[in-house]
Amino acid sequence: MDLATFLIQCLNSVQYGLLLFLVASGLTLIFGIMGVINLAHGSFYMIGAYMAFALAPIVSTIFGGAFFSALAVGLVLSVILGYVLEWAFFSYLYEREHLQQVLMTYGLILVFEELRSILVGDEVHGVTVPEWLNGTLPLNDVMTYPVYRLFMSGVCLLLAAVMWIVITRTRLGMMIRAGTSNREMVQSLGIDITLLYRIVFAIGVALAVFAGMIAAPVSSVYPGMGNSVLIICFVVVVIGGIGSIKGALIAAMLIGLVDTFGKVLLPQAAGVLVYVLMALILLWRPNGIFKN
Amino acid sequence: MRHKNYFVLVFFALLALWPLFAGSYGADLVAKIMIYALLALSLELLVGSTGLVCFGQAAFFGIGAYSAILLAPSDSSAPLVWWSLLCAIAPAALYALLVGALSLRTQGVYFIMVTLAFSQMAYYVVHDTPLGGGTDGIYLYVKPAWGWLNLDNSTHLYGMIWLSLLVSFLFLSQLLRSPFGRALAGIRVNEQRMKAIGFSVYPYKLTAFTLSGAIAGWAGYLFAIKDGYVNPELLSWHLSGSVLVMIILGGLGYMRGALLGAFAFALLQELFQAEAVFGIYAKHWHLFLGLTIMTCVGFMPHGLVALPTLLRERLFGAGNPEDLVQPLEEQV
Repeated sequence: MDLATFLIQCLNSVQYGLLLFLVASGLTLIFGIMGVINLAHGSFYMIGAYMAFALAPIVSTIFGGAFFSALAVGLVLSVILGYVLEWAFFSYLYEREHLQQVLMTYGLILVFEELRSILVGDEVHGVTVPEWLNGTLPLNDVMTYPVYRLFMSGVCLLLAAVMWIVITRTRLGMMIRAGTSNREMVQSLGIDITLLYRIVFAIGVALAVFAGMIAAPVSSVYPGMGNSVLIICFVVVVIGGIGSIKGALIAAMLIGLVDTFGKVLLPQAAGVLVYVLMALILLWRPNGIFKN
Repeated sequence: MRHKNYFVLVFFALLALWPLFAGSYGADLVAKIMIYALLALSLELLVGSTGLVCFGQAAFFGIGAYSAILLAPSDSSAPLVWWSLLCAIAPAALYALLVGALSLRTQGVYFIMVTLAFSQMAYYVVHDTPLGGGTDGIYLYVKPAWGWLNLDNSTHLYGMIWLSLLVSFLFLSQLLRSPFGRALAGIRVNEQRMKAIGFSVYPYKLTAFTLSGAIAGWAGYLFAIKDGYVNPELLSWHLSGSVLVMIILGGLGYMRGALLGAFAFALLQELFQAEAVFGIYAKHWHLFLGLTIMTCVGFMPHGLVALPTLLRERLFGAGNPEDLVQPLEEQV
């Protein structure tokens, strides 16, 4: 492997890892704070990708600049979607057993997939990006790297930084951190836990939807795209330790690295490697890397 | 004899008589559902009886199915039924022993994910290597036979599947009444207390896990013989999820719940896929299935098993207090 290939694979693994982190961080927050196993989280990623595809022609006639206005409108819609879903559906799951949550959200996956099939259809679609993001950067004489992937990594990094600031420096972040370590205590301190749950859920959904939207031009938009992301995100959450954002970041980067380089170096075993990694880590630390 | 024993008796009698009334399509459908019911029974032993939520049952099912075909003789002679059954069950049980030995070190959600990880490993090995024909899958050309029993005959095969389900059901029911089964129930209810009174819980859990894998492999064997074809989707997490849905739908903690759940789930699928009923929406049958699952869990949290009690309670008030469904923690 020469230097340019190595560099490309490094960039790819960072980009994939950061994307996983966006989806997994919402999952780990919802899991850690509300204690809900949300199998439908992958569907939010799928919804995001389809929003990027379906909203672009609609919003571009109103605001212009198809891709970015679709991003903005999609983000607003996703926050509303998350808030309404928490109010109408997920808030009834908190008192239920884990297995019942699994079943309910499994049912939700089926409903989301079929609604998508009824509304948008089952074809594979591509999403176009603005001209200035469509170019490539030359790495050496023959190899180039697409600008859009760099842009994706940049946006994800920015979001990760914003999340870090929100969680470590703000009042909301303090409540979230307190919520993951002791829910009852937070409640007894007079914090409106219902509102906190609703906000956290909406943030989680928005992150997953956003990840889906910015991934759409690279991965294209296809049925069932949420399910593959869902399982890998659960792997990320469990490796990192449930409820730990820092753990999710490190686990996501690790998985991005292993998966990307696995596909290059050991193509026959690429699918297995991630799960081998997870099994090894959990045998070493049965509660994930960052869980005491 | 309690009413639930009558239920099981009538249930198996109806299944035995079914091919006499139903056409070949109906018999084939019920044979398929019985195989899923066997798989659901194997998972019920883990989830409902021992409290171990395994999210990788499809791996053992798939390994059983693949071994049934891969270990068949390479010449075109028919394999012996008992020998090929053993060839299918042994690898599934071995893999379950290995997975159980490692994954039982973790608990709760982590256990769910580790079992998922191991089943995904098996999935990718089958999916990405030429071992089992990759994504194309492989065919079984000559079906097993033994003496007068020939599994190529659909009636013989139906009888074999029926008998497998009956034998496993009776075996597991007896097992749960034995001291071993009591220990499993104790582990489900309170593992710490079991340790405190001097049980070494790990061997119990590992035995249950291996046994469950063996029965799942048995179901996989029957599936491979019935369809004569296997592909990697038999090991996918979707199947593990569906089986989990079956046993929760039926009612956790009851062997007959697994049977009920498997039948309810499969028949609902058939219903929603029927174009005669749903017209153009039959194509979108997942929508109705999803809504039904959500409604069932919402209004019948204890599953179909508890439905008669629930109805009696709603209609006549709480009748015989012994019939009331108790929370899982209390049914030791």
